[in-house]
Amino acid sequence: MTNGWIDIKNTDMMLIMGGNPAENHPCGFKWAMEAKRNRNAKLISVDPRFTRTSATADLFVQIRAGTDIAFLGGLIRYAIENNRIAKEYLVNYTNAAFIVKEGFKLPEDGLYSGFNASTSVYDNTTWNYQEGGDFSGKTDAATPVPVGKTNAETSAHPATPAPPPALPPNVAYDLTLQHPRCVFQLMKQQYSRYTPEAVERITGIPRDQYLKAIDLFTSVRKDGDMKKVATIIYAVGWTQHSFGTQIIRTAAMIQLLLGNVGRAGGGVNALRGHSNIQGATDMAGLYDSLPGYLKAPVPDDADLATFLKRTTPTSSKPSPWDSMNYYANTPKFMVSLLKGLYGDAATKENGFAFDYLPKFDRDYSWTHIWDDMYNGKVKGMLAFGMNGVMIGPDTNKNINALKKADWLVVGEIYQDETSEFWRAPGITVEEQKNINTTVYRLPCAGFAEKDGSMTNSARWVTWKYAAVPPPGQARLDQDIIAQIFLRVRDLYKKDGGKFPDPILNLSWAYADGAHPPLSQVAMEINGRALADLKDDATGQVIKAGQQLPGFAWLKDDGTTMCGNWIYSGSWTEAGSQIQRRGTEDPSGMGVFLNWAWSWPANRRVLYNRASCDVAGKPWDPDRKQVWWNEAAGKWVGNDVPDFKPDSHPKDHMGPFIMNPEGIGRLFAPIGVLADGPFPEHYEPIESPIRNPLHPDQSNNPLVKKFKTPFDKFGSPEEYSIVCTTYRLTEQYHYWTKNNPMNVQLIPEPFVEIPVELADEKGIRGTDKIKVISARGTYIAKAFVTRRLKPMMIDGKKVYQIGLPIHQGFRGIGEDEGRNARTPANLLTPAVTDPNAHTPESKGFLVKVEKA
Amino acid sequence: MSQAATELIRISGHVGVVPGAGLNREFQVCKLVDTTTCIGCKACEVACLEWNGYTFSETTFDNSYQTMPETAWNYWNLIKFNEHERADGSMMLLMRKDQCMHCADPGCLAACPADAAIVQYANGIVDFQEANCIGCGYCMTGCPFNIPKFDPPSRKVFKCTLCNDRVSVGLEPACIKACPTGCLHFGTKSEMKELAETRAAQLRDNSGFQDAGVYDPAGVGGTHVIYVLHDAKNPELYGGLPRDPRIPWSVRLWKGPLKWLGNLAIAGGIVGMALHYMRFGLKKEESIPPDVSPKDERRDEGRRL
Repeated sequence: MTNGWIDIKNTDMMLIMGGNPAENHPCGFKWAMEAKRNRNAKLISVDPRFTRTSATADLFVQIRAGTDIAFLGGLIRYAIENNRIAKEYLVNYTNAAFIVKEGFKLPEDGLYSGFNASTSVYDNTTWNYQEGGDFSGKTDAATPVPVGKTNAETSAHPATPAPPPALPPNVAYDLTLQHPRCVFQLMKQQYSRYTPEAVERITGIPRDQYLKAIDLFTSVRKDGDMKKVATIIYAVGWTQHSFGTQIIRTAAMIQLLLGNVGRAGGGVNALRGHSNIQGATDMAGLYDSLPGYLKAPVPDDADLATFLKRTTPTSSKPSPWDSMNYYANTPKFMVSLLKGLYGDAATKENGFAFDYLPKFDRDYSWTHIWDDMYNGKVKGMLAFGMNGVMIGPDTNKNINALKKADWLVVGEIYQDETSEFWRAPGITVEEQKNINTTVYRLPCAGFAEKDGSMTNSARWVTWKYAAVPPPGQARLDQDIIAQIFLRVRDLYKKDGGKFPDPILNLSWAYADGAHPPLSQVAMEINGRALADLKDDATGQVIKAGQQLPGFAWLKDDGTTMCGNWIYSGSWTEAGSQIQRRGTEDPSGMGVFLNWAWSWPANRRVLYNRASCDVAGKPWDPDRKQVWWNEAAGKWVGNDVPDFKPDSHPKDHMGPFIMNPEGIGRLFAPIGVLADGPFPEHYEPIESPIRNPLHPDQSNNPLVKKFKTPFDKFGSPEEYSIVCTTYRLTEQYHYWTKNNPMNVQLIPEPFVEIPVELADEKGIRGTDKIKVISARGTYIAKAFVTRRLKPMMIDGKKVYQIGLPIHQGFRGIGEDEGRNARTPANLLTPAVTDPNAHTPESKGFLVKVEKA
Repeated sequence: MSQAATELIRISGHVGVVPGAGLNREFQVCKLVDTTTCIGCKACEVACLEWNGYTFSETTFDNSYQTMPETAWNYWNLIKFNEHERADGSMMLLMRKDQCMHCADPGCLAACPADAAIVQYANGIVDFQEANCIGCGYCMTGCPFNIPKFDPPSRKVFKCTLCNDRVSVGLEPACIKACPTGCLHFGTKSEMKELAETRAAQLRDNSGFQDAGVYDPAGVGGTHVIYVLHDAKNPELYGGLPRDPRIPWSVRLWKGPLKWLGNLAIAGGIVGMALHYMRFGLKKEESIPPDVSPKDERRDEGRRL
């Protein structure tokens, strides 16, 4: 979330799409209701299904799963055409005025410039800004925007192995936004194809309904008035697509176009599905990042200097403007991290033990792990805090991969499907005898039995206390991991090995190494001084061994250590900031600066400099967050300014300090995304139609399919129904099916199907039905409803159905033989988004039969 | 209510108003259910079970999110889910928390023949005293909302107590405490009525619900559980909420004029007996007639039929 849960109460307009917070985030959804009650805020719900969120919405539109970019692209077009944009914000806080390099081509045929058809990878050299100066009012009519044809030429050139292209330090710009190659004009051209007619063909939303929805949303910026603010709220309904990252980028573009980012009640707000999933990503839950979203090294990073050169951006902006380019501090964050990992073994001489870090040479994301296991490359798995068989996608493939593994360790509190994969329905006793995977199921502590920190969607890091000790022989996760580590280290000590150094030198300085207290881990994450440090400006001194007050103190010379730079400031010499429970809220805007601690630097709304105009005055005086105090010569406010505190507005420093440009990116230049600088509508891998925008390039060109016998795909001729999966408020993932209280509320699995489809197939409510995809069969009772209506997609009648993911083959209902024991992810395909590698679980093809 | 001593006035680590504070200013309590902000999460259902010490029930999927068709003797709080298609074709999913309405003029109490099996407190709570319940089930007939439910093994009838045990010590009912969206409110009747009317006006003025209104039916003297409905003209849409609930005429008649008439008849009978005794004295032994009269024969035929 750029903003936070409570901040939703400050909004005037909510677009909830790709998410169902009323059901999946009921406690946070209170703030949406507050906004409605106290501000008359409007709520627009866009979903394949009329959900319980839709029940509270002012407007609901039913969208075909996987067509969100078409919806949002049309919204961009409408906002521009009707002048519902934030002009001053757009010119000064985004790259709208930046001029893009010649040779860049929009995907009118479905492909951007630079596509290499043989490798299915883009050479993104042209996805860059033009070097140069002020083109304001000096439109160069002689350089028309290339349209449609240049791709062949570009891709004909072999990709040059020259140094990776960088952003130019001095960007050409046109503040009148008239230059045909300025970002604004390109964006306008890109979405000119997303007419209400085209959107209707793709999404199935009737034109009048669509116009009503986008008119309502953009009404906050009627005639460019800046007082009102709108928020966009989403969850995994947006991420789980083969173009998921680009859906979210479209939302970000809309919010920049309308000037809603950085403002109270605005922003782009991801709702996380677990209490601590935000913390998991912050701590490098992804294979290609290090803690604090630092990039992970690749084999070409021969040493620390090479790595830092590659990953430390240099500022790129119009020359009269200023850019903080905060990631210029990457060396400080990185060296402090290495000092945190390897302690004294990390020295200046050995590049702070940079060589100890693993380098990733290819995609090691979730679906690849299972594919590798199926192909015999991954021999074993430690599965903690998740249920991989149920998560899928393509549960059958995961089960068959586990059959081939040598060993599996599962830390769980229940007998889950992953640890009992060999008992999955369809596996006979004879087959079970041939499964040689050794499974160790370790009883772990449950959430109420462990302390530690949790980071919520709003980036708040909150300390949690254990309520009760773990029962019996159940152990804390960190104790189990510590045991494994200490024994592996002993083995390396005893027997040596190919490369024992990273293991032998790993810093493990806890009071009790076998039972690391999480408070000490949290302190390590915050970071501490390894030598006496002095701030020359203020004279403040931090003594060696003291906790650091924040990441501004981090050094690249080895005198500081820090486990995660964005968490620096969370556990200081003043104590644990994440245990604070102060309820003061002087502004009444729900900022609560003394409640827990929010990364980075306790800022509650990110990029909040953008809540003010260029002169530093809040767009809305009634919702003041930060502002420029001329007398004090600094930024002050109700929130912690997310900005250089003494940067005078006349210096024109961009509010988006994490980007080298200092501005918000409407156009994502080189190195940001793999599949294009602007989002383009692609069809899901399994779709009932060819892409009406470019039938010859229907899908995301970068999507790759695996080659196992389980990676099968269905044609719309055989599988004509669009299916999506979701969660229910009554259940929590694959967990609460073990709790009678939850089970009584939703006792059995079901499939929501439209009345019309039921009539066609002679299915009545509660009848047992089969949902069949090219990969598997799901059996459950029919929930015949009018909340899912048949849609007209490109002239074709298409049904959409939905099914909750909760039930599997272990649980109360399952063990009682009440349900068919088929996990929902038997149906889903293992194709992923090329940026985030998230599988496409929302929007695939099935057929329905009576069971 | 003698709650002043235990009424909360401050709560640590808590933002906003203190629930239930100031309740002793006025006797009449009230629960407000704003169906327009209910998300059907069923937290109130579970909170009700847990506070009242009931365990889970066996349920089956019934083509709905609804946990079970009706409230049960051990399931007092049930959200009713109803799909509704409006005239313009737009969908609504109406979610209404069903429970005892705590009528000002309670039909259950009117119908109950057992001494002190049902009581009404000054604060408006209607409470069943199971110790005195004779299991006749007349309260079920008396209730226009189909709330009291019979438990065959114990031969008693049960229903929501409006958490009388909590309210009497200054706490809000368990369902209110559990509600995540603030769709449930608890306070004095006048406060809740005002809040409800304000919300209904907001829905009429800003959300396009022309017929939004407050459900506080006069037919039972008003209730201590009131609803904000998007469409107050059609309460039946919300899982059979009666448009104009009244205590059934049979109960009214029986416990009103009929009871009076009955008492009169009993008194009349006794007086008649006394007069008869005074006039004729004790009955004398008579010999049995040799044959049955035609009149009696007809009666026997009727009996055989």
